[in-house]
Amino acid sequence: MIEVNSISFRYHQDWVLQDVSFRVEKGEFIGVIGPNGSGKSTLLKILYRLLDPQRGEVSFKLVPLKRMNRMDIAKRVAVVPQETHALFPFRVMEIVLMGRFPYLGRLMFEREEDLEIARKAMDWTKILPFSERPIDELSGGERKRVFIAKALAQEPEIILLDEPTTNLDIHHQIDFLNLILTLNRERGLTIVMASHDMNIASEFCDRLILLKEGGIYKMGTPGEVVTQENIEHVYGCEVWVDQHPVSGMPRISLLKKEMK
Amino acid sequence: MKMITLKKVVIVSVLLGCLLILVVLLSITMGSVKVPPLRSIRILLESILGSKETGSETERAIILSLRVPRIILAGLVGAGLSLSGVIFQALLRNPLADPYILGVSSGAAVGTIFAILMGLGSLSFGLPIASFLGALFTVIVVFYFGRQDGKIHPNTLLLAGVIISAFLSALIMFFISVSQKEELHTIIFWLMGDFSFSNPQAIRMILPYILFGICFLYFHAQQLNLILLGEEHALQLGVNVERLRLISYLSASLITAASVSVCGLIGFVGLIVPHSVRLIFGPDHRLLMPSSVLVGASFLIASDTFARSLLAPIELPVGVITAAFGGPFFIYLLKTRKVIKTL
Repeated sequence: MIEVNSISFRYHQDWVLQDVSFRVEKGEFIGVIGPNGSGKSTLLKILYRLLDPQRGEVSFKLVPLKRMNRMDIAKRVAVVPQETHALFPFRVMEIVLMGRFPYLGRLMFEREEDLEIARKAMDWTKILPFSERPIDELSGGERKRVFIAKALAQEPEIILLDEPTTNLDIHHQIDFLNLILTLNRERGLTIVMASHDMNIASEFCDRLILLKEGGIYKMGTPGEVVTQENIEHVYGCEVWVDQHPVSGMPRISLLKKEMK
Repeated sequence: MKMITLKKVVIVSVLLGCLLILVVLLSITMGSVKVPPLRSIRILLESILGSKETGSETERAIILSLRVPRIILAGLVGAGLSLSGVIFQALLRNPLADPYILGVSSGAAVGTIFAILMGLGSLSFGLPIASFLGALFTVIVVFYFGRQDGKIHPNTLLLAGVIISAFLSALIMFFISVSQKEELHTIIFWLMGDFSFSNPQAIRMILPYILFGICFLYFHAQQLNLILLGEEHALQLGVNVERLRLISYLSASLITAASVSVCGLIGFVGLIVPHSVRLIFGPDHRLLMPSSVLVGASFLIASDTFARSLLAPIELPVGVITAAFGGPFFIYLLKTRKVIKTL
């Protein structure tokens, strides 16, 4: 569905991404992991063409992103950015309706059918009960759901998530990830998620991309990527890797000084 | 579910339009010379229809040549400053932003004071043009220094504006300290906002900027909503953020420059009207912009009416009234809104 063909990108002098290639198939749940500054967020931004790579090309269903305009991209790729802070307290429904912007064209106001789509999106994300509330009255977890609903209102084929679980407590983390998993499994939405939390990534994702200094260090199933050797090499610190007692997926434990 | 629709915007605009008409009619009947209320309104209506049956020559002159131009000008300036405040708050992502924050007003003030000191104050066109040029010059300088890598960056723009504004304030202080007593009075009144020079030329001069600016900006209402949510959201949904920032900065600055050039620095309107309207109608620009325009016009006409009739025949600077009434009213809205929220 998405084909990334040996892209390189730099903001100024140094390359942030170098010669990165991979494919995302329809219906996959992909995790992008790696240390701070390894290029996760930049990679995501290139996938929705917030940034254009200096070398290489990204194609969506064989069409290069460069040949699509922003509205066309927004109808296919939706993003949930890291931290969202609305300056003035829009109501939940108003924010979800903003996801319809790419479909409005020259219209200034949403139509009845846009409202219907927004309503469905709010229903799936279970935020319908507080659709009339201002966003600043919601908890962090509820707010994340609002932005997922806004992304769904774009009727995308793929959703990009940038560090979606930071600042959420474990209850809201698991709620949120289960929601994403449902959208992936039941609605066939393709998901690409950049995450710092390797335990979450290995538990929820079908495939992981481990970045190191702007290049792909390892790509494959969580079992192949999250190994003691890979993690220690990429992050430069000692960890203990065993298996999740229930799912059997790889699990990372941190080691303090005297345990090494 | 409540959604912002064209119908809702039209209904709210018509209601606020009625409020504006009411304020205009009340304002016509008030002033230092007493003309009976009903007669004032008849004079106005008859002049629109092209006849002159009611009232004496003097009464007609007071209504049609003094009060009406002044009301129209106050309405235009109130509408312009309020809209400009809405835009600057969205552009700079800062609720404390107002039309003067980027130094447009200081530039206008320097231009005006310079013209007063040069003795151009007696010309009917002298001050507005000097003021407008001063404001335009500031807009360009702030724009030049407020960019980063060739792009408008809200915080850089804000810093550039605030610093240039501070520098211009020093110039203003300098000019004031070297000016003569009679010039000083004109300067001070201008700095506090004053409609007593209203004339049809002034209206003709600012009308195009304000009307065109308002209409043009309204087409970008939904994009302004998206940019309030964050730059990435807006970009991602297909908004050309760079272009939007350029358009809003230039249009709002031109509206502000045109407004201050004819009446001086009327404070507070551009800050409290957008916030008050937002507290009542919500932050969606498609509703916020027309409401702010109409409420701003009504508010400034009402304030100016008080300014000229409260201590008549002495006229107060209208800026005194906008601050004295606007401040407490805004605090009241803020407090009651809090109460409603927690219930």
